[in-house]
Amino acid sequence: MDRIPVLALGDVLLVSIQVDLEDQLALALQEDLSDRIVSTGAHGVIIDITALDIVDSFVGRMLATIAAVSKVLDAETVVVGMRPAVAITLVELGLPLRGVRTALNVELGLKLLREVRLGAFASAVDSRPDPTGDTSAPPDLQ
Amino acid sequence: MDAETSARLAAVMVARREAVLEKWASAVRDTMRGRLTRTELTQQLEDIYDALASAFGAGAETADSPAAADLLAIVADLSRSRARHGFTATETAVSIFALKDALLDELGDSGETRLADFVKFSLFVDKLGLHTFETYVNARDAVITEQSEQLLELSTPVVKLWDGVVAVPLIGTLDSARSQVVMERLLQMLVDTGSPYAILDITGVPAVDTQVAQHILKTVMAAQLMGAQCIISGIRPQIAQTIVSLGIEFGEIVTKANLSDALQYALRARGVEIARPVTRSAL
Repeated sequence: MDRIPVLALGDVLLVSIQVDLEDQLALALQEDLSDRIVSTGAHGVIIDITALDIVDSFVGRMLATIAAVSKVLDAETVVVGMRPAVAITLVELGLPLRGVRTALNVELGLKLLREVRLGAFASAVDSRPDPTGDTSAPPDLQ
Repeated sequence: MDAETSARLAAVMVARREAVLEKWASAVRDTMRGRLTRTELTQQLEDIYDALASAFGAGAETADSPAAADLLAIVADLSRSRARHGFTATETAVSIFALKDALLDELGDSGETRLADFVKFSLFVDKLGLHTFETYVNARDAVITEQSEQLLELSTPVVKLWDGVVAVPLIGTLDSARSQVVMERLLQMLVDTGSPYAILDITGVPAVDTQVAQHILKTVMAAQLMGAQCIISGIRPQIAQTIVSLGIEFGEIVTKANLSDALQYALRARGVEIARPVTRSAL
């Protein structure tokens, strides 16, 4: 059976879906991906769907599941390269892909992962009890 | 029309070609008021005349018999070109109907067959005239459709404001067809330029009803699904009031009063700082 390759780029896993996703293939991808996150210790997953003409509720749910599973394993998921026609169809169908981050292309996806990672780290640092007792709000980033 | 009549008509048309053409051309020329050159017009009429004569020669009994197919095609071409050049329907139809008068004088005094022949000829030409009219209307319709498509394209430009920021200044009423075009073009532009920020400026939209708002919301959601952020700008006070009184929820979508604020927001989000140069007078 065909499998979708999972490529490791530093601490990010890149999955490019080039064929129509069928049930077996999607399940295999979920398994492969979670195995690889654990074995490589990756902190980010990028799923490239540039080649997908059709994203239906099944594919949408699979993307959401992958995102949720990765999150449990401490890896953020970004779906990149969604085609305009696909986005319009999803909106028309009322499938908002909850819990899935998206970016226009792989480059922006990597950037988003970096920012999310930094943001998560910063908020973890911020949420520690402040030894000096200073409770003023952090400076506004704008 | 029977085969005999066709043959007789064909004979007359061939024999009296120059005279009939001359009369026909001069009658048509009067209605054209110099918008077609003499040679052009004569050429067109000659083509039709010869096609008609050969249709009769081939035994065409009505305008839709196979022998008249060439003739119909030539007539259709003529009326299409007239429609495109802005001639009226009457002017186009008269070009065909004037042939009747021209031929009447040349039918000769062949007794009782003359009237019968002319009536049949007249019926045939009437059919041709109707065909002209129909082609004319179709051609006009095609022109209108073409123009409205062009208008649609023209009225929805997607402009790049900054590296990574594109904008769509919407002008005029938004209907479903137009908002579909806007949506597709904007999303395609996002992909092509890899811009994570898009600004929808609705300064030029005269009214926002629930349907227009729905279209805008769909565009914004589609952009978000693709991983870009959409900012709505140019909301005029009356429109803001309408939106609230209609109970339309824009939710988490960023809205700004004008394009400049929206651009500033997008630039800040991209980490671009804008500062005035420090001048001597300021120091």
